[in-house]
Amino acid sequence: MKPRQADRLATSLLWLAASSIIILLGWFLVFILGRGLPCFSLEFFTGRDGVSSQLFNSFYILLLSLVFSLPVGIGAGIYLAEYAPANKYTDLIRLSTESLATVPSIVFGLFGMIIFVQVFGLGFTILGGAATLALLNLPILVRVTEESVRSVPENYKEASLALGANMWQTLRKVILPTALPGLMTGITLVAGRALGETAILIFTAGMNVSRQLFDVNPLAAGETLAVHLFAVKSNPLPGTNADQIADGTAALLIIVVLIFNLCLSLPIRFYQKRLLGK
Amino acid sequence: MAHRKSAVQLYNHMARYLFISSAVLVSLIIISIIWFVGIQGLSTFRQASILEFFTSSYWNPETNHYGALTFITGSLATTAIAIILGGPLGLAAAVFMAEIAPPKVRSLMRPATELFAGIPSVVYGYVGIIVFVDLIRKTTQAPTGYGLLAGGIVLAIMILPTVISISEDSLRSLPATYKEASLALGATRWQTIRKILLPAAMPGVMTAVILAMARAIGETMAVQMVIGNSSRFPQSLVAPTSTLTSNIVMEMGNTPFGSTWNNALFMMSLILLLISLILIILVRISVRRGASY
Repeated sequence: MKPRQADRLATSLLWLAASSIIILLGWFLVFILGRGLPCFSLEFFTGRDGVSSQLFNSFYILLLSLVFSLPVGIGAGIYLAEYAPANKYTDLIRLSTESLATVPSIVFGLFGMIIFVQVFGLGFTILGGAATLALLNLPILVRVTEESVRSVPENYKEASLALGANMWQTLRKVILPTALPGLMTGITLVAGRALGETAILIFTAGMNVSRQLFDVNPLAAGETLAVHLFAVKSNPLPGTNADQIADGTAALLIIVVLIFNLCLSLPIRFYQKRLLGK
Repeated sequence: MAHRKSAVQLYNHMARYLFISSAVLVSLIIISIIWFVGIQGLSTFRQASILEFFTSSYWNPETNHYGALTFITGSLATTAIAIILGGPLGLAAAVFMAEIAPPKVRSLMRPATELFAGIPSVVYGYVGIIVFVDLIRKTTQAPTGYGLLAGGIVLAIMILPTVISISEDSLRSLPATYKEASLALGATRWQTIRKILLPAAMPGVMTAVILAMARAIGETMAVQMVIGNSSRFPQSLVAPTSTLTSNIVMEMGNTPFGSTWNNALFMMSLILLLISLILIILVRISVRRGASY
């Protein structure tokens, strides 16, 4: 084959590969929403097998897990970006973060089970689930914080320090506000991932749900939407319309993820553009 | 005034120590995960034979037989299928995005791959059951359609975002002079990609593949839903079997904490943990090799 023909062939194959991925994604979304949206009804949310409690638990556990992971993740990220000297100990912390990021989520789940269910003897609780979920968020938050703090131009920091501000003042008034859009994008990604997490939560938050709506007791068991989809699909209870509940739950999960990916990240990108443009 | 100044300095010191302790805490967490899961897992071998665990596929905890080879094979095989199917496709998409795509198409593909990463794994499992398992049953005449192939296909889709984004980043980070020199010598775009850009970006592509392997081998829910959950050694790609992760999910709820059976499940998660730690070290080696170019 002549090089020019090979070039043309390769180009069309690469177009084909890329478009097949886009088509696959589009088909995924249409398929899930197409099956699930017709199942949305008042009954689906608030009926006897309704998912409103699961929906509430999903956000409640997400919120608690962010409360646990944000301070530590952002603190460690700032340390790595601004304070850490280039030595063995810093390298160890970096290695820990990278390792934590690849730990399979089921291993987090079992670890959380040892700590919260066995050692503390709490049983399956929203608190234990959220704290274990925080471990999943942590490495991503560290990385995102470090990246967005590093992306702040060096002369911003130098100008602030030259004016006599100390490091803490510089961080609070100059570096963090500038790094905020990047940080927010990262937190949105973390939240989207945490909302869909299942393997961690079946071993720590359990597969039961409070019959009382908006039960905020953190020591109760709390099944989330994603866990519910797994439970309904793998052990369908006889006598319920499990297939429809599964279809609706999958669609609801996708909608929540879409909201986090598109609707929340767009305003942040807009803000970022304005911040850097002026 | 003096008081105000010392308060500012106090905050400065306190913040510094808070940041250091957060960083140390991250290290302590990974160490305690290895410690707790390790202790629990290794205590399996007080009752069970370590040789049997790794070399036998006879899993019958009621009669004290703990041969986990089926599950280890299942995890490795689904991961291999995922890399074989998803790796080239993801790499092709990465090359497309880095070198061929017009800016508009590229700005569509970036969020699309992010969305792929955002779809929860139970949803992949759900689509896997409804679509792929059904399709496999119809095309191969297998009794159920559950098995390694279904797991591998679902995983192949799930690793795409990892492969695409890391490979694309490494292709983009190559100096523009590489490409310019090759094109100036009269090479076509494809020759440039194949002979210059891909070899130069190889460490990054390797990193992408290794991280994709880590994601595939640790993936739980999606695989559990389509693998069939039988503890029989896989006879074919379309026979129900199990992986390390799927078996942990299936049996963890039925076994009392501290029993040998339960510990054996922790041993399986220790294997997963060790594999992912080894993969991270491989990534470091591949990155270092890339830096020395």
